[in-house]
Amino acid sequence: MDNNINNDLGTPEVIVPSVTADAGVVEDRTQRNAGNLEVSRRGGLEAVGVHAWFNKHHALADVSLHFPENTVTGLIGPSGCGKSTFLRLLNRMHEFIPKAAMAGEVLFEGEDIYAPGVNPIEIRRRIGMVFQKANPFPAMNIGENVIAGLKLARVKVDDKDALIEECLTRAGLWNEVKDRLKAPGGSLSGGQQQRLCIARALALKPDVLLLDEPCSALDPGSTLRVEETIVQLSETMTIVMVTHNMQQAARVSDYCAFFLSDGGPGRLVEADLTTNIFSNPSDKRTADYVQGRFG
Amino acid sequence: MQTLDTPPDQREIKAYYTKVDKVFRGFVSASALFSLVVLVLIAAFLLYRGFEIFSDFGLGFITNSKWEMLDPNDAATATFGIAAMLVGSVLTATIAIIIAVPFAMASALFIEYYSPRRLRTALTALLDLVAAIPSVVYGIWGYVVLLPLVEDWSATLNKYLDWIPLFAVRTPIFGRSPFLAGLLLAIMILPIVTSVAREVYSQAPRDLVDATYALGGTKWGGIKTVVLPFGKSGLVGGAMLGLGRALGETVAVYLTLNLVFEVNFKILASAGGNVASLIATKFGEASAYELKGLMAAGLVLFLVTLVVNFLATIIVNRSRKIV
Amino acid sequence: MTTYQYTDVVPEARRPWDHSRSTALRAVALVVLAGIFGSVINQLTGLSGFLGWYVGLAFAVPVIAFIGSARHGWNMASDRIATSLMSIAFATVAIPWMSIFWTVLKNGSKAFHSSYLTSDMRVTSFSDDLHLGGLKHAIIGSLLIVLMAAVIAVPLGVLAAVYIVEVKGRFARLVRFLTQAMSGVPSIVAGLFVYSTVIILFGTFSAVAGSLALAILMLPTVARTSEEVLKIVPEDLRSASYALGASQARTTFRVVLPTVASGLVTASVLGVARVVGETAPLLLTVSYFVGTSASITEPIASLPVYVFTGLTLGDANSATRSWGGSLVLLVMVLVLFLLARFASSRLTRKR
Repeated sequence: MDNNINNDLGTPEVIVPSVTADAGVVEDRTQRNAGNLEVSRRGGLEAVGVHAWFNKHHALADVSLHFPENTVTGLIGPSGCGKSTFLRLLNRMHEFIPKAAMAGEVLFEGEDIYAPGVNPIEIRRRIGMVFQKANPFPAMNIGENVIAGLKLARVKVDDKDALIEECLTRAGLWNEVKDRLKAPGGSLSGGQQQRLCIARALALKPDVLLLDEPCSALDPGSTLRVEETIVQLSETMTIVMVTHNMQQAARVSDYCAFFLSDGGPGRLVEADLTTNIFSNPSDKRTADYVQGRFG
Repeated sequence: MQTLDTPPDQREIKAYYTKVDKVFRGFVSASALFSLVVLVLIAAFLLYRGFEIFSDFGLGFITNSKWEMLDPNDAATATFGIAAMLVGSVLTATIAIIIAVPFAMASALFIEYYSPRRLRTALTALLDLVAAIPSVVYGIWGYVVLLPLVEDWSATLNKYLDWIPLFAVRTPIFGRSPFLAGLLLAIMILPIVTSVAREVYSQAPRDLVDATYALGGTKWGGIKTVVLPFGKSGLVGGAMLGLGRALGETVAVYLTLNLVFEVNFKILASAGGNVASLIATKFGEASAYELKGLMAAGLVLFLVTLVVNFLATIIVNRSRKIV
Repeated sequence: MTTYQYTDVVPEARRPWDHSRSTALRAVALVVLAGIFGSVINQLTGLSGFLGWYVGLAFAVPVIAFIGSARHGWNMASDRIATSLMSIAFATVAIPWMSIFWTVLKNGSKAFHSSYLTSDMRVTSFSDDLHLGGLKHAIIGSLLIVLMAAVIAVPLGVLAAVYIVEVKGRFARLVRFLTQAMSGVPSIVAGLFVYSTVIILFGTFSAVAGSLALAILMLPTVARTSEEVLKIVPEDLRSASYALGASQARTTFRVVLPTVASGLVTASVLGVARVVGETAPLLLTVSYFVGTSASITEPIASLPVYVFTGLTLGDANSATRSWGGSLVLLVMVLVLFLLARFASSRLTRKR
């Protein structure tokens, strides 16, 4: 089935996801970004027929999804449907879980990140991640937290102060902390800590940012601030975000992908423009979920 | 109408215990305080038996190095001081800690983060087993196997490093030195220090380690950034526990250290001191008065190890609380 | 149509990150190379024998690890160096352990003869020919002393744990703290304490005095392990018992303790393993007796003192007897450990 679609489009080097709606998605995206954004055909991040296992448990089955450059994609669905597992597959964090396994390919700039010889450390450096719970390093102050990744990945930077300012500014935190960069990261509020973690991920200048329910532990005010940050960042980078909050998905994301598990492995039910997912979903289960009928 | 500004008085819910329960709780509480009773009794009795010594020699008991009793029947001919023994105890224990801690750290990290999953349980069990090897077995092994080796090493160390006062000796006799005893103690306390360190390291927050990986860090990067700072106080506590063990060890030191009643910092020389070893050595032929001296020495040893262990316990508990 | 079409074909699960085979190969190559380097060091310098070779190997491993990974950049190289250093450190630490097990087995087995475990030293002296005498008396004495110590320490230890976990008394934290501090009492101080009280009072060394000293050393281990064990009893179990109107005493004795019985066995066995080899307190409280005896108010033999005595005599036959005693002692500790593991595995299975 996949192959047929590929042949129809005549682009053998690009594997278009097996969501049949994808062609439509591409059209809509160009409409939305009319004129101001050139989407490279090989760019962005793309999962092709991805499966995931924990030991013998089949957690995620056959997900194919394309994340175009400089867009925000929200992954939605009830708990236990494999969203977070899928997210961790995208930057090779999945493999830290003992006895985990996978199948399929994840293409980053057209190359399979699971191919032999690929350095996973390099992949994780270029595909950043922010976790559900804000986790600044407790032994470091705010400034050190921002450039922790540089030390970890042993990246040399000439002007550290400038970088700290730039990252904190992009994460929308600079004005709040510029006078106390020497304070411990733990002294910030929850929302500030989460933005600090975003700044920390930005310091490595990743091309993609993965966010795993970044606002689930935050109050509404902080959530709003983080959401603004995400929207601003999406002008220059590709963002994939897991969220349980339908309003958040609607506010922030350009595309939404709905995952569901019917007791078996989690599967991708539908992926489309966010507006379509919320106003005109093609699958009844999607409609039920976004209208709060289950989950 | 009552407003929220004046909440009603809180009612206290008092626990109600039946008679049986009251007896039960009293009985358990009494038994639980047994450890307190024992600790107090130890201090009290050793003080009671050794009191005469403290009043006869005063502070000199701690600051003098001489331990002799020319006529076993005449208390006036006795001079008791444990300065050399105390210094020796601290010296051997310090050598033990300096050698043991880095190896314990590395071993704990190896077991927890580098060894294959299946091996981990086996290695942890091995650690517990080795920690339970009786000290007399360590002692006989140290005397028979380690002693000749250390003599060779000491000669080599002395040959090249004798310009450092620590490694100088007056006469080239290297057997049964503080270095040997310290090395043997290091081997003895390694399992317990490693065990504590491993436990603390295993509790390092997983999400922070994940964060280092997500930032392009290697395993070593994660350990350096998260695990080591997290486990710092736990490691200190474990080391203090090891220090307490090393200070109080008797038989292994008795077999591997020459007691000389003179303060000595030359760790390669065949001359050292150790309070516990002193008690074991002199106990057999001690007169009544000298026995009192040994009781007094025992009290000093008890108090020193107690302080070390108190500190260790506090530090370890604090590091647990963070978790 | 925009609904996702599933394929029911499940591809084969793979682990592209699993390089265990190449890692193992690399490790073997590393050790072989370092071993060759060690041999060269053996030939060229004064470092001789196994340890000299090992020192060469230990220094070569991180160096070769660095050279082998330098092309991947410093980030990867530092990771490999750290890995190699930690492996080498652990191997270094394990060498004395293996040496202890090996020498005790090798030298200890020389002391064994057909009636080694069934004869005592009543008519044999330590320096006599090795096919004479044995350590029946020491084994019986040790078991007796340790058993009596357990009879004293186990109930007290378990009660201390019950106080902390079940009664949750006002002094719970203090009791835990003191028990932990008590584990640091030097064994010779425990012996000295019993001497200063019991021995001076009754005027004679005795097995029971030895058990008192060992009980002091055993109590903290029992209390601490029991506490850990009691903590794994689920709260619902207690609530269920209370909801049925049971008193706290009944809940503790009928519900909580039976649930973790095998865990308490583990605690006791670990306590016994901790003290079975203690020598110093026995020297000060029990002394030694050459014959087989079960009289608890007199000096009797014990394995640690048997080992210690043989060693201080200084001749070859006595030393060999010490090794024999050490072997028996080690086997005892090992058996106790297996027992404890067995008991605790039953506990976890029940949960």
